[in-house]
Amino acid sequence: MNRRIFFSALGAAVLGLAGCQKTSTDEIPVGEFASLTGKEATFGQSSHEGTQLAVEELNAAGGVLGKKIKLLTEDNGSKPGESANAVNKLVAKDNVVAILGEVASSRSLEAAPICQSNKTPQISPSSTNPKVTETGDYIFRVCFIDPFQGTVMANFAKKTLKAQKVAIFTDVKSDYSKGLAKFFKEGFLKAGGQIVSELDYNGGDKDFKGQLTAIKAGNPDGVFVPGYYTDAALICIQAKEVGLTVPIFGGDGWESEKLTEIGKDAVEGTYFSTHYSPDAGGDKGKAFVEAYKKRYNGKLPDAMAALGYDSAMILADAIKRAGSAEGPKVRDALAATKDFDAVTGKITINAQRDADKAAVILQVKDGKFKYIETIAP
Amino acid sequence: MDWFLQQLINGLALGAIYALIALGYTMVYGVLRFINFAHSDVLMLGAFAAYYLAPPVASALGTASVPTALVVIILSAAICAVIGMTIEFLAYRPLRQRPRLTVLITAIGVSLFIEFTGQHEKVFGAATKPFPTLLPKKEIIVGALRCSSNDLVVVGLTAVLLAAMWFIVQRTKVGMAMRAVSFNEQAASLMGVNVNAIISFTFAIGSALAAIGGIFYSMRAPGIEPLMGVQPGLRAFIAAVLGGIGNLPGAALGGLVLGLIETFFGGMPGLSDYRDGIAFALLILILLFRPAGLLGKLQTEKV
Amino acid sequence: MRGKEKIFLLLAIIAAMGVSCASASFNRYYLGVAIDVGINIILAVSLNLINGHTGQFSLGHAGFMAVGGYVAAKITLVWGSALPAGAQPFLFAGALLVGGIVAALAGLAVGVPSLRLRGDYLAIVTLGFGEIIRVIFQTSDYFGAATGLTGIAKLTNFGWAWGLAAVTVYVVASLVNSTYGRGFIAVHDDEIAASAMGINPVRYKVTAFVVGAFFAGIAGGLYAHHKAVLSPGGFDFIKSIEIVVMVILGGMGRTAGVIFAAVILTILPELLRGVAEYRMIIYSLLIIGLMLTRPQGLFTFGKKGTAS
Repeated sequence: MNRRIFFSALGAAVLGLAGCQKTSTDEIPVGEFASLTGKEATFGQSSHEGTQLAVEELNAAGGVLGKKIKLLTEDNGSKPGESANAVNKLVAKDNVVAILGEVASSRSLEAAPICQSNKTPQISPSSTNPKVTETGDYIFRVCFIDPFQGTVMANFAKKTLKAQKVAIFTDVKSDYSKGLAKFFKEGFLKAGGQIVSELDYNGGDKDFKGQLTAIKAGNPDGVFVPGYYTDAALICIQAKEVGLTVPIFGGDGWESEKLTEIGKDAVEGTYFSTHYSPDAGGDKGKAFVEAYKKRYNGKLPDAMAALGYDSAMILADAIKRAGSAEGPKVRDALAATKDFDAVTGKITINAQRDADKAAVILQVKDGKFKYIETIAP
Repeated sequence: MDWFLQQLINGLALGAIYALIALGYTMVYGVLRFINFAHSDVLMLGAFAAYYLAPPVASALGTASVPTALVVIILSAAICAVIGMTIEFLAYRPLRQRPRLTVLITAIGVSLFIEFTGQHEKVFGAATKPFPTLLPKKEIIVGALRCSSNDLVVVGLTAVLLAAMWFIVQRTKVGMAMRAVSFNEQAASLMGVNVNAIISFTFAIGSALAAIGGIFYSMRAPGIEPLMGVQPGLRAFIAAVLGGIGNLPGAALGGLVLGLIETFFGGMPGLSDYRDGIAFALLILILLFRPAGLLGKLQTEKV
Repeated sequence: MRGKEKIFLLLAIIAAMGVSCASASFNRYYLGVAIDVGINIILAVSLNLINGHTGQFSLGHAGFMAVGGYVAAKITLVWGSALPAGAQPFLFAGALLVGGIVAALAGLAVGVPSLRLRGDYLAIVTLGFGEIIRVIFQTSDYFGAATGLTGIAKLTNFGWAWGLAAVTVYVVASLVNSTYGRGFIAVHDDEIAASAMGINPVRYKVTAFVVGAFFAGIAGGLYAHHKAVLSPGGFDFIKSIEIVVMVILGGMGRTAGVIFAAVILTILPELLRGVAEYRMIIYSLLIIGLMLTRPQGLFTFGKKGTAS
């Protein structure tokens, strides 16, 4: 009985493998994978909206190389393992020309080996962990990386917030959080500061009072929370309850409307670094904000949306410069990108395939994000 | 010393919530001899019920006021009581005579069903929602120690509910019937006890307690999402086992102990990563060395 | 009887390797799915030994898979570059084997304390062990902590996956069908009666865990070298549940049904990408529905007696 079933399964697998290849059309298929649902849904939704807007604008202007772009989007539900499946399907079954994604470094890392071995260029809009582009020469990003972001926040804490002793509260489940914490610590120590305590939490936890009480006992001048917005909001609320009144600040994982929705007055006055602010941009930035508002019912774009837009635009530009949609040629064109006029600033792709870009610091004021300053690399 | 006392307060407040949820687990286990995996999801449903009920009730009775809080809590508890009874009726009752394993698997299925349906965009959606403020929050500061008025309310109400449960189980006819069913179902039914009704009642109470626990939990951490019940549910279950499953005071004790352990461990650098693992390790240790729990009695298996 | 089984095993392995050689001409995506199917067959059949045949409800199988995967990946990562290309298959085989053995040790560690526990408690404890294993990998910097391991060599191909699947089926089926193996079913049906008959339930339960964990570890190693990336988040409770569903669907204790279920449940999510958001909802309804109406599983053909 076993044998029968086993061999039928084997046989079916073989038959199934003689599968058909996709026929090419007059479109350029571009794959996108994002966390449209799940814990970090706002990230995926924002970046998707930005990407979609870009694709629509490009197609309205005649497409690229005379062909329209077909955006194929897959949702990974913010879950580990799903991105690999999604990208595998996009690359091997749908034969996409390039992959756009993801916001979260861990999910970009899942997809990168697949893109690299398949020679399909991947552009991440906002994954900041250095390991993403280290995977291979087909992996790019249009944002800064955490060594830079960590230093930015470290200097901000030391010089602007005048903090001498800082506590770091890390999400041990997220490599983004751990990476950013490490770089912040290096930067802060270099700037002459002192780290009084380093504690951890598990992303998704709801109770932080134990750790926050311990942090308070260490008498820090500030607390760095390099995590994601949901946890950051709850941490700020509970910090207030245990009487931790020093400034709390974080990185681009904080950027979401949910931060103020959940955190309410507990997040007032907190700071975080990110890639972009609607108030910081030039003419191109303003045009983008207007177009985004028009397309999405008056919503203001956040950094993920802007970067999603830029990643699609840079891809289109690279295809144009390469004169073809073939993987290796597009890759070379991407690597040669210089001073591309993007919404989030001028983008030059450096030798590590990262973008040398400035960071902006935002503060939560009256439930909105107020632009404080830009820090160049 | 201050640090220690503060953590003590933090831990007790957390432990009170675990105790409430553990009560539900223990009561159901006492009557049906099975672990209701879906209990943690009823906790979540209670929080969501409050989330949806709060705005209309608040517009009538005022935002963040005691009457609003009372009404929302009672209504949510009632809704979850009905949900609990429905789950029992549809998914567990038909399997009453089957092996325990079948019911356990079904319970897992129910739990997953509630969680994943909740995550669907058309139902609750997977993103975290801000929990409304039900009670006015005041900081109470005594020297270097602080706690929130919410914490006091939670501990106080938990104590009251525990006492009420104890009273019901030990001093009323219904309670006696519950104890009879947990002792020997067949004998109880021969004695004229309507076993089905008693079991439904147990589920109703257990679910109501879970709902209240869920609301208290959300008052502490005002971000709710469909998977929010998993962690506290698991902790509460461990608490119930720690105290002796089937034993009401044991559940309360277990809840408090677990809340304290979690808070103290959380505050220690290096150990805070292992918080999840520690809770489970504790469970395994209890089951290995003292399976009856702190207050329970060992039951021999009859052949 | 034994001879025939051996011949089939050999044929299956040769067929798998043959297909593997031609893999360049197959569509990469479908090949990937087919390899996933092979890996899931190993997982389902190995869990079936613990859950189905021996009746020990284990909810931590993903933990054993993680152990095997991480160990095997670490071995190839550390020694892969030191050896010439020709030695790679041997390194891979060695890595898989070591991964399986360490996983088996983990199975021993889980099986022994669980001996006295019944149904519900056993389920929770195995769940706990699975979580503890995940937490250990998540905090261990040697294994990459939250990031996990990246850049693992893609050594798994169709031949390895299906060849090892055939081996797993052979071993588990032979084990259970032997005279010794009757003990598993005896322990499942009635432990006290079995021990009264002179069968040592301890030995069978522990054997089930150890053998089941060993193959789960092998599956983990294959998985690691297929996806090239391993992260602790992928080995959580949900992963264990997905394997459990295969066993339940296939009928606990029926190897044939379980294989079938593994195939269906690997292919279905890919086919149903359009309704992916409903996948877990459908799974959970499936579990409830099956338990209420057909607890012996969906793909059960023939009597249970021969455990085939």
